[in-house]
Amino acid sequence: MLVTALLSGLVLGGTYALVAMGLTLQYGIARIMNLAYGEMIISAAFLAYVLYADAGINPVVGLLIAAPAGFLLGYVVYGVMMRPLVARAKDKASLEIDSILATFGLLFVIQGVLLVIFGANFTSYNYLNVAVDVFGTNIAANRLLALVMALVLGGGLYMLLTRTLWGTALRAVAVAPASAPLVGINVDKAARMAFALGGALAAAGGVVISMYQTFTATSGVVFTMKALIVVIMGGVGNILGALSAGLILGLVETFVATYIDPGLTLAATYGIFLAILLWRPAGLFGRASR
Amino acid sequence: MTDLLTISGLTRRFGGLTAVDAVSFSVNRGEVVALLGPNGSGKTTVLNMISGHLPPSGGTIALSDEMISGLSPNRIALKGVARTFQLVRGLPSLTVAENVIASLAFGHRKLWGAAARTEALARLEEVGLAHRADQSAQDLTYIDQKRMELARALAAEPELLLLDEWLAGLNPTELRTGIELIQSLKGRGITVLLVEHVMDAVRALCDRCVVMNAGRKIADGPTEKALSHPDVVTAYLGGGHA
Amino acid sequence: MKSVLSLQVALFVVIVAALAFLPVFASPYGLTLMIGMLGYVTLATAWALFSGPTRYVSLATVAFFGIGAYTVAVFSESMAYPLLLLVSAAIGLLVASVVGFATLRLAGVYFVIFTFGLAELIRQLVTWYEVNMTGTLGRYIFLPVTPEGIYWQLLGLAAITFAISWGVGRSRIGLALKVIGDDEVVAAHCGINVARVKLALFAVSSTIITLVGAIQAPRWTYVEPVIAFNPTVSFLTLIMALLGGANRLTGPLLGAVPLFLLFEWLSANFPNHYSIILGLLFIAIVFILPRGVLAFAEENWKRWRRHEVKTVPGVAE
Repeated sequence: MLVTALLSGLVLGGTYALVAMGLTLQYGIARIMNLAYGEMIISAAFLAYVLYADAGINPVVGLLIAAPAGFLLGYVVYGVMMRPLVARAKDKASLEIDSILATFGLLFVIQGVLLVIFGANFTSYNYLNVAVDVFGTNIAANRLLALVMALVLGGGLYMLLTRTLWGTALRAVAVAPASAPLVGINVDKAARMAFALGGALAAAGGVVISMYQTFTATSGVVFTMKALIVVIMGGVGNILGALSAGLILGLVETFVATYIDPGLTLAATYGIFLAILLWRPAGLFGRASR
Repeated sequence: MTDLLTISGLTRRFGGLTAVDAVSFSVNRGEVVALLGPNGSGKTTVLNMISGHLPPSGGTIALSDEMISGLSPNRIALKGVARTFQLVRGLPSLTVAENVIASLAFGHRKLWGAAARTEALARLEEVGLAHRADQSAQDLTYIDQKRMELARALAAEPELLLLDEWLAGLNPTELRTGIELIQSLKGRGITVLLVEHVMDAVRALCDRCVVMNAGRKIADGPTEKALSHPDVVTAYLGGGHA
Repeated sequence: MKSVLSLQVALFVVIVAALAFLPVFASPYGLTLMIGMLGYVTLATAWALFSGPTRYVSLATVAFFGIGAYTVAVFSESMAYPLLLLVSAAIGLLVASVVGFATLRLAGVYFVIFTFGLAELIRQLVTWYEVNMTGTLGRYIFLPVTPEGIYWQLLGLAAITFAISWGVGRSRIGLALKVIGDDEVVAAHCGINVARVKLALFAVSSTIITLVGAIQAPRWTYVEPVIAFNPTVSFLTLIMALLGGANRLTGPLLGAVPLFLLFEWLSANFPNHYSIILGLLFIAIVFILPRGVLAFAEENWKRWRRHEVKTVPGVAE
């Protein structure tokens, strides 16, 4: 039971970490709190479902379609919706409120479109739904694959951000948006890239989630909230923080569901979240800034 | 003369950095004192701690024998401390008059209605801004915003006025008016502690200077004497000139 | 000045009195519509009371609305009706005080998300409690309250909310809220007890919202957490207040009436496209009317007037 819970928790946590990395890029670098983030995830989940159920394309290949599509969506959304808001914002606070309201709008639009196309039913598909023996307990192969995909993608992103000049430029914008232009970084371009990259990660996360979970057109909000919890827990813009916080959240959820009461999982999630907002708004690993 | 403001051992740390390191000085009632020092020497941090914007990490601040260190800014304001900010902070959604009424209504005078309006106009007249009373504060030029901020601080009828580079960025004519304005405060018994880089203004206005460098006090005395102190010359011009 | 004021007060009294006679003429459907509309007018006005001047975008509306509705549902059989309302208001006030006290340090995105999370947390906890402790998810409300009674109560609450909002707007505390909305640091340095002002207004606003939920609860006859804590209530309230202009007394009213009718019509005719249109409206408001219809109209009126003055020969500068 313990090993099962641990493994399930890791799978869930890996997914959360992957998803949260995208949001932390969007909020940390592009400075946009994208409340439609979960809807982007769910759209990709539906895309994977359609590809698999209707065209017989397996989700691993589906990922290669969904991630670039997510990148493109992020790129366009930033260019069309967010840039005008950034350009007219007088200060950080007014940009925050504007972007929250605009992405709220986007949330409802995407959710509405999904509802019209797919209805409000629970959706799932069977891919690699065979038991695999790991450390003496059975776990579905699709879950294991989801974990591997999350780790590979997350690790790849981490390398991209820390080992390449391009990634360093993005991180520079996250740390010091005002001084980045002084060293020749185009902040606007960096912000758009980060937002697009976040879209790609949301899409990747959506495909991974679709492999082992049921989802509905309206479950985006829950993923946005969970990604937010992880982002804030890990510290905004902190990739490694998001990774660890994602794993922690996945484990906590699984353990609450296994040992306390499945009905309290979401309550536990929100409880952790509210507690962190109040006591450690800079994140578990972050230092209070100024 | 008696001390209005007494600061002793005042310290502020940000993480590993000690921005203000055991600074002690006092300001007599009715004095105009300059707090000087190179950029980053901790002057604004000292002002922020006096006004309650930042809690001190150590040391004490007393206003006429009453401890105010660590109190919230609104309580310190009610005890008679008013200030302007280094980067001017207007209230953009209010009119110019309302900006001044804000400190009349909630300061120790609690003026409201017609009385507050009359008083606000009088304060604006003082800084030469009465003709803009009903404009939106966000439409003011930078200089006028500074004037408005001073009117707001004066409206609180403070015992101690903290000015954070209030004269910075003024042109020569405005500077002269500005200096005269501050000079006129002296006659009204307002004690002023100002952070300033405009040396002519400091010489014209201040009875005394407290000079800081790298968080420490390095000189304290009558203006000319303090400014010619060897440590001060070194701090401003660099070690090679000493 | 004095005469304008008494004229305004007289007009307000006449309008409220006229509205009080409406149930005599209205059809049952008309009455239902009016109840819903009054509910949202009150919600939006109460929301704007705190969030308008301070710019703290709260999504906790449904948390308090739901608390009101659920309290009535839980105690409907054990208490007299007026007492029910009192108890709901008291619980709403208590929760608002605790939440307000805890969230005073949060601003911007964090406040928005916290309030949203709060509504979800309360819903999850109520659901869990109902399933595990009482064994039922839903509750029936049988109260001897007629639709007319609900209508009159809501009208009274709406009138009181307007009066409070009007009074706050003209008082010191109204100015304090605006100063806080502009710059909390300056507010504190002006001598304003920022925490206390925010807490007081949040509590008043939340208590009114709780009462809206409590008064409307008997309309449902059956309540479960998903109904009482439906987050759409928060979103609609927010968008109504923003559309009209959250910084003006009549702004939320002007936003609530047309949007309520629009959404009523949409959910009857295009139930599937409801969410898309809601979303597009959000985006349109942010891009076209960021400060609300009233401010927009006023600016254009001024511009038009200025234009007119300039075209008169000899007046142009």
